[in-house]
Amino acid sequence: MSNAILVVGGGFAGLTAAIEAAELGRDVYIVEKTPWLGGRVAQLNKYFPKLCPPSCGLEIQFQRIRKNPRIKFFTQAELIGLVGSKGDYTAKIRLTPRRTAPHNVDFSLLASALTGEADNEFDFGLSKRKALYKAMPFAFPGRYVLDAKTLSKSDMARVAGAKFIDPTQESRDIDLNVGALVVATGWRPYDMTRLTNLGAGRVRNCISNMQLERLASPFGPTGGKIVRPSDNCPPMNVAFVQCAGSRDQNHLNYCSYICCMATFKQCLYLLEQNPNVRITIYYIDLRAPGRYVNVLEKVKAQPNVSFVKGKAAEVAQAEDDRVWLTAEDAVRGEKLKLVYDLVVLATGMQPSLAGVKDFLPLPLDEDGFIAGGEEAGIYAAGCARMPLDVTRAARSGTAAALKAVQTVEGR
Amino acid sequence: MAEKIGVYFDVQNIGGGLDVEALAARTREKWGDFVPIVKVCSVLADAVDEINADISSQQLDGVLLCGVSPRAEIGVYRVPAQVEYVNLREQCVLSYKNPDGSQPDFSGGAPEPLAIMAADYVNMGVVKLQKSQPPDSATVSGVRRVLVIGGGISGLTAALEAAATGYEVVLVEKSEQLGGAAVNIPVSSPLVPNWTEKQSVNLNMKISAVVGNPDITVYLKSQMETLGGQPGEFKATIAAPQGPVSIDVGAVVLATGWKPLDNKYLAPMGLECFANVVTAAEFGKRLLAGNVSARRIAFVLDTTIAEDAARDAAEAAAQQAQDGKMAEEEKDAGKFVKEDLESIRHLAYSNAVNSVGMLRLADSVCEQTDDATQAFILYKNMTVPGILERFYKKMQDRLGVMMTKADVTAIREAGNHLVVECKNTLLGMDFDLEVDLVVLPTGMVPTTAKDAVVRFDYRQGPDFPDLQLFDGFTDSNYICFPYETRRTGVYAAGCVRQPMTMDACEEDACGAVLKAAQCIEAASRGVAVHPRSGDASYPVFNFVRCTQCKRCTEECPFGALDDDEKGTPKPNPARCRRCGTCFGACPERVISFADYNIDQIGSMIREVVVPKDFRREGPRVLVLACENDAYPALDMAGMRRRTWNPYVRIIPVRCLGSVNAIWVSDAMSKGFDGVMLLGCKYGDDYQCHFVKGSEICSRRKENIAETLNRLGVQPERVEQLEVGIDEYDKVPDLIDGFVSRIMDMGPNPFKGM
Repeated sequence: MSNAILVVGGGFAGLTAAIEAAELGRDVYIVEKTPWLGGRVAQLNKYFPKLCPPSCGLEIQFQRIRKNPRIKFFTQAELIGLVGSKGDYTAKIRLTPRRTAPHNVDFSLLASALTGEADNEFDFGLSKRKALYKAMPFAFPGRYVLDAKTLSKSDMARVAGAKFIDPTQESRDIDLNVGALVVATGWRPYDMTRLTNLGAGRVRNCISNMQLERLASPFGPTGGKIVRPSDNCPPMNVAFVQCAGSRDQNHLNYCSYICCMATFKQCLYLLEQNPNVRITIYYIDLRAPGRYVNVLEKVKAQPNVSFVKGKAAEVAQAEDDRVWLTAEDAVRGEKLKLVYDLVVLATGMQPSLAGVKDFLPLPLDEDGFIAGGEEAGIYAAGCARMPLDVTRAARSGTAAALKAVQTVEGR
Repeated sequence: MAEKIGVYFDVQNIGGGLDVEALAARTREKWGDFVPIVKVCSVLADAVDEINADISSQQLDGVLLCGVSPRAEIGVYRVPAQVEYVNLREQCVLSYKNPDGSQPDFSGGAPEPLAIMAADYVNMGVVKLQKSQPPDSATVSGVRRVLVIGGGISGLTAALEAAATGYEVVLVEKSEQLGGAAVNIPVSSPLVPNWTEKQSVNLNMKISAVVGNPDITVYLKSQMETLGGQPGEFKATIAAPQGPVSIDVGAVVLATGWKPLDNKYLAPMGLECFANVVTAAEFGKRLLAGNVSARRIAFVLDTTIAEDAARDAAEAAAQQAQDGKMAEEEKDAGKFVKEDLESIRHLAYSNAVNSVGMLRLADSVCEQTDDATQAFILYKNMTVPGILERFYKKMQDRLGVMMTKADVTAIREAGNHLVVECKNTLLGMDFDLEVDLVVLPTGMVPTTAKDAVVRFDYRQGPDFPDLQLFDGFTDSNYICFPYETRRTGVYAAGCVRQPMTMDACEEDACGAVLKAAQCIEAASRGVAVHPRSGDASYPVFNFVRCTQCKRCTEECPFGALDDDEKGTPKPNPARCRRCGTCFGACPERVISFADYNIDQIGSMIREVVVPKDFRREGPRVLVLACENDAYPALDMAGMRRRTWNPYVRIIPVRCLGSVNAIWVSDAMSKGFDGVMLLGCKYGDDYQCHFVKGSEICSRRKENIAETLNRLGVQPERVEQLEVGIDEYDKVPDLIDGFVSRIMDMGPNPFKGM
């Protein structure tokens, strides 16, 4: 039997669940697949509706973790097995080696001297990274990772002599005894290449909303300048395609909750950088629930932003790296074909567990959202459960923490 | 008061550029017996056993770790002594550039300004420890009882969950029965996966579970008379039918929900003009009673007519108020008057709940009449966000339900039916829809928009501050921390916070219960809740010197301080969030924390060596940086190799609200040439984790400027700048810009005096 709680996923919902349970006096383990905590929100430039930076909230969360001896976390770690039952589970965790020393060494000079490069997954391919890297300036833990696959020959020689690096570390498995689990495995942006009518990710200057977040970020590939990937020029004429994959039986059979609000926020980014930019939003419904309507009204009041009710039918390459957009204006009944400097696909969120077989003794629905588990002492939180924005993910994490605490209570 | 301190240098994390041995020698020389141990460690992380051994053999009571930023290290070194950190990496070596702006050449050893800066920071660290004591927590009783205000779906859920977590519960409900708004909603929109089916609310099961639970006491026909005291030992007085009941509770879940928007706002859409125009709430009741005979029903979600009319009326009223300005009534200064925050905006804010609700009602009426009803749903935006789209999809395919986007431009009576004028529809034409009944959406007005529901017996008044900011909702300003309000220990759940569907209410109630439980445990251990959770220090008052000026009691963002009739502050440590705004406010400097106080920061400022010769040895500029946002931004700037003027000395503060004017005076009399206050954004979208700190600081700065002016010092020598945590690439320029303005102004006239 165990009083400890295992939180799977170190994104915002998971962090919240873990910290809230620990601050109520429970022992908590966090298992995170990537090398750092923070999850998807770390990739965002700003949050709606206040346009505040996500790293502000993460900073507080990380400080709470540092100060709380009840929280232990494992990064580059995956849950690979679970046996037992509610109140007494043994979770098998596979730890991938980090290959750097465990104490915040600053490898920035060594890293910049390396030559091998890989696509930077954190920037969705908009930039390259070295074999030794730290994805974000506020990374927690503040440690570099050595990705041995990306080392060039000369890199290997450099790294071999370096202090605090061990390229030979192997992965290992550990067992954790826990009484309850919170599963907060989150989401991934819907894969653009599946949207064949919208260019399948092959049209230059047709990017996803998450890529736009990276472009707008001060630590993104352009230091925060929103430019066209093809020529690094600021776009003058931008289209947003809402529901790119969402509300579509062939892709995501639900609304992704955040994409309308994300687009309004991104309109404000664009207008801040260039007040003369012209923006058109193609939508089915403008979904700004609750007091978020204030943001919608703010964007509607901008003279350079126009709205067309109608789903985009096609995105295609135009001359000069511009982009054709074909859409139907559903109110006027007109077919439109217009050319833009930049087209942003408001892609939705797909649960990370979509397509994952037998992850846990957990029922998933046909889209991959967790649909149960409570009776086994396993509680879903955040976007693993349904599409949510950050504040609702935080509420969901807090609620899941309560359920997990009740489960291990008094053992 | 650390008296024997060990200083440890972390060579691995200081990096090249600094002669660490020389710095250690300077430290030994300066501090002598106060610092019996000074060690240069190649890897500090490997020296923990050694540090522990030193602590016991030398009876060290303080340990100063010099290397990386404290942000990177806090919690790593848990040793039996007070620990402080000196940031020699991010904010010293890595951010160093020569005074002329050129990049340093470290080949000839550490440049002199860098060595001086590092020595200053180490000395400031030693002083900080000397002026710091391990805090002893102020514990309160920690009554394990949760007060739930409101007996609707959120309140019932909160009561059951709190009981299931091991707490006693007192549930206060204003009406004569439990259930709240859900009483009229036997069937709700989907509550569980697969999110496609209407569901029974099972309200009666919930009510019987609450009534039958021995740990839950229910007070019906009751409301709050006052809530006094502090988390862990609140005194709740409940106005119950049998008379006032006084109960000790540890924390509060506020779940008082909403009331429908006044019908007058929907009059332009025909409500109360035409008999067959009803609100969704009324329609739900009729449906429940089986009293719906209409067979063609329009569910109108586009409320532009009502919104336009309300806007016109508001403009006219504003004009009238302007014309008759003389007639403005005198407010009774001492008496609390609740500002009515109900407005037409509550209709728009209820868009998602109404969109889902109309789908459910249309489905129910079709079902009840065996599909003999035609339901028309007319919307501007069908706001069914997230997973409930599946329910919407199902309704799109439902027989008898027709939906279209439409601008509803008028609703009028024609004979014995109603006509709804629709423009810009998806049917390719404008049309007049003839129906028997029109159902209008409900505006959900949070109870806290109309009434100070909790009725705090606090010096700062009975209501939550800031409710205007949230249109009357008891919401949080923080996206990441949705349960944070400005009244510690009181956590809102459900529609009093935001309009939300029932599944979200239940989830929200669980979260609020967790926070309530946490708050009780924190109070019983005498430690802070968010954002300084676990902090055992608290403000201590030296009342002998207090002049009852009331600044601390007025400025505390959390209303933690009450006062007696004379105005002497009465601290409530369990309400306190440990920001230090009180001691920033105090002109007599009678407030301090064991490990953070006026004398401590003042002594650190005075520890900086300020050269007499401004031109040759440079100015000195003090930066007081908020440790939550500005300080991390400076760290990240350093890690990104952004550099700033080496004549700057940075001291982290808990919040700009804690900055006391005396620190500026200390700096000026010491000979500093300028003081820069780096803090969070303030205003409506404030970023301050303590809500008001940076705003209060900006107001105090005006007074400081006045004082400086009187003394003949240019007020421009003190500046406050707002920095976001992600502005690491801008903050060095802000600092350099300030230093260059100081250079232009010349030396502080008090220098060397």
